[in-house]
Amino acid sequence: MRLTLGPVLFHWGPQVWRDFYFRIADEAPVDAVVVGEVVCSKRAPFYGDVFPDVIERLAAAGKDVILASLALATLPRERRQMAELAGNGLFMVEANDVACLQHLAKRPHAIGPLVNVYNEATAAFFARQGARRICLPPELPLQSIAAIAQSEPNVLTEVFAFGNVPLAISARCYHARLHKLAKDNCRFVCGNDPDGLAVDTLDGERFLAINGVQTLSHTCASLLGDIPDLAAAGVGALRLSPQLCDMAAVALVFRDVMDGACEAGHGHELLAAVYPEARFTNGFARGMAGAEYV
Amino acid sequence: MELVCPAGTPAALRAAIGAGADAVYCGFSDETNARNFPGLNFSREEMGESIAYAHAEKAKVLVAINTFPRAGATAIWRRAVDDAVDLGADALIVADIGLLDYVARTHPHQRLHLSVQAAAANPDSIQFYVDNFAVRRVVLPRVLSVAEIAAINLDASCETEVFVFGGLCVMAEGRCSLSSYATGQSPNMHGVCSPASHVSYRQEGDALVSRLGDFTINRFAADEPAPYPTLCKGRFSTKSGSGYIFEDPASLDAAALLPALRDAGVTALKIEGRQRSRAYIEGVVRAFREALEALDSGRPIVTSGLARMTEGQTTTSGAYRKSWR
Repeated sequence: MRLTLGPVLFHWGPQVWRDFYFRIADEAPVDAVVVGEVVCSKRAPFYGDVFPDVIERLAAAGKDVILASLALATLPRERRQMAELAGNGLFMVEANDVACLQHLAKRPHAIGPLVNVYNEATAAFFARQGARRICLPPELPLQSIAAIAQSEPNVLTEVFAFGNVPLAISARCYHARLHKLAKDNCRFVCGNDPDGLAVDTLDGERFLAINGVQTLSHTCASLLGDIPDLAAAGVGALRLSPQLCDMAAVALVFRDVMDGACEAGHGHELLAAVYPEARFTNGFARGMAGAEYV
Repeated sequence: MELVCPAGTPAALRAAIGAGADAVYCGFSDETNARNFPGLNFSREEMGESIAYAHAEKAKVLVAINTFPRAGATAIWRRAVDDAVDLGADALIVADIGLLDYVARTHPHQRLHLSVQAAAANPDSIQFYVDNFAVRRVVLPRVLSVAEIAAINLDASCETEVFVFGGLCVMAEGRCSLSSYATGQSPNMHGVCSPASHVSYRQEGDALVSRLGDFTINRFAADEPAPYPTLCKGRFSTKSGSGYIFEDPASLDAAALLPALRDAGVTALKIEGRQRSRAYIEGVVRAFREALEALDSGRPIVTSGLARMTEGQTTTSGAYRKSWR
C-alpha cells in the first residue's frame, strides 16, 4: 500500500506552508503529495510565489506531485482557475468538483474525496473517463470501499486515513459569519485558526471544526488499526490530511505499521504522542457514526 | 414557469394537483429517494395509479431516485429506475453519476433531471451532466444568487429549476456528511438528514435540550419555540462567539423574487417538503399558483398566506440575495 499526503486544507500562510512542504519533501515517507487550495479561492494568491518552489522540491525528492482543484466553484474567476489547472500539462490533477472533469476527460487524472463516488458504477464511469486514482468520500464504510476497489483493479483506490474529516462545504463562509464580516471582505480571519476553529456543543463537548466555507469533524480520523482490513479490501493508498502536528512523523508511523515494522497498538500510542490534542475516530470506515472509535 | 410540488403520499399528490401544481415529484418507499422517512412515499402500485391520475389531470410526475446507490447493491436503484420508466414517469430525478450513466444507456429516451443532490453549481458542472447523460434539466443548489442563476442560464444548454419555498440546506447539497458523523445515517446513503430515530429531548431545569445522537444540538428557554434539531441549524459555541453559527433555523421563501427568477430564465420553481402534510402542501401550492397568475398578469404578488405555513419560523430569501457575499 502507498501513502499520499492530502492538500493542506487550512490557511497557513505562505512561509509556514512552504516550510511544511520542504520538510515533507526531505523527511516524509509518502509516495504522492497533493498540493493546492481546495477550500477557498481567495486564499490561492497568497501561495502563488512559493508554489513553484514547493512543487519543484517535492518532485526533486521523488514524490508524485498531484495538483488539487477547488471543491466548490461558483465565480467565473474560479472556473477559469479550474480550467487553467486542468490544462497545466505537467502534473496530474485531482478533481474535487465535477466542473473540473469537464476539462480532464480522456486524460489521466485523479478524483478527490470531495467528489461523490459511492459505488462501483460511478467508479467505472470515471475510470472510462481517464481516472487513474480515486480517493473515496470519507463517509464510506469498509464494505463499500471493498466493492469499489475490487471492481476497478486498474484504478488506485485511496482512503482518507488521517486528519479532521471534511464533512461539508458551503458557499457561505462561517469564519466570516462568526466575525460579522462579509465574505468578500473577510480579512482572512480563517488564518487565525490553522487547525480549524473548534465548534463545541452548548454542553461544552468538542464537536466540529470550521475552516472558512468548510466544516470538518473536530476529531481526527485514524485508520491505523484498520490497515489489514483496508489492504484486504484492495485499497491501494492511504491519505494523510495535514493537521497542525509533525506530519512527517505521522507518515512514518503509518509507513511502519503498513510495512509490519510496528504493531498497530504501538503505532497508535506514537500517533497520540505526535498529535496530543487529537481524539481519534474510525466510525465511518466501520459503518457507524463518524464520531465513533472502535 | 412550471410549478413543481412535493408529494409524500398519493393523497398529497392529488391535493397538489388540485391546488395548481404543473408537476409533482415523489419517490418509492425505500432508500432510493432522499426523503426516506417512515410512512412516507409510494409503493409501485401507488406510483402507477398516481401517474395515471396526474396524466388525466394534465399534470406531470417526476420520480426522485436521488440517493447514491450503495456499493454492491446498485440493483435496487436500477430496479427503481426500470419500474419508474415502465410506470410512465415524465422524468427521473437522479444525482449519482453511475445511475445517470445507467439511465442514459438503458433508457435513452427517458427524460432525466439532475437532482439538487448532485450540487451542480456552475455551467461547467452542468455541461458535464448534459454532455455525458443528456440531462434535460438541472435542479440548482441553494447556494446561488439570482445573478449567478441568470449567468448559468445564459451558458447552460438545459433547463433550470430552483427552490422557492421550504427547508433550506445551507451546505452544498449531496456533499454533506454532518448527519452521518453524528448518527451514522446520511442524506446521500440513507436518504435521511438528522433522522428522528436519533433525536431526543431532555428537560434540564427550565431548559429543554434537544440532542442528535450523542450531541447537544440546541437548548431552549421555557418561552422559546423549539424547532427540530437539524444539525446545521443548531446552536453551538466557539471561542469567537456562540449561537446559530451555520444558519438560523429559518426556512426559504423566495415568493417575492419570482419576477427576478423569471427574468433570470428559470424554467421551473420547486417547493420543498415531501414530508409535509397534505394541508400544508395544498396551502403552499395554492399560494404559489396565485402568485404565478399575478406575475403573468402583471399584478403585484401577495404572499401573506405563506407566512402561516412556516409554522412560526422566520423565513429567508437564502442565497438568492446573498447579503453575506
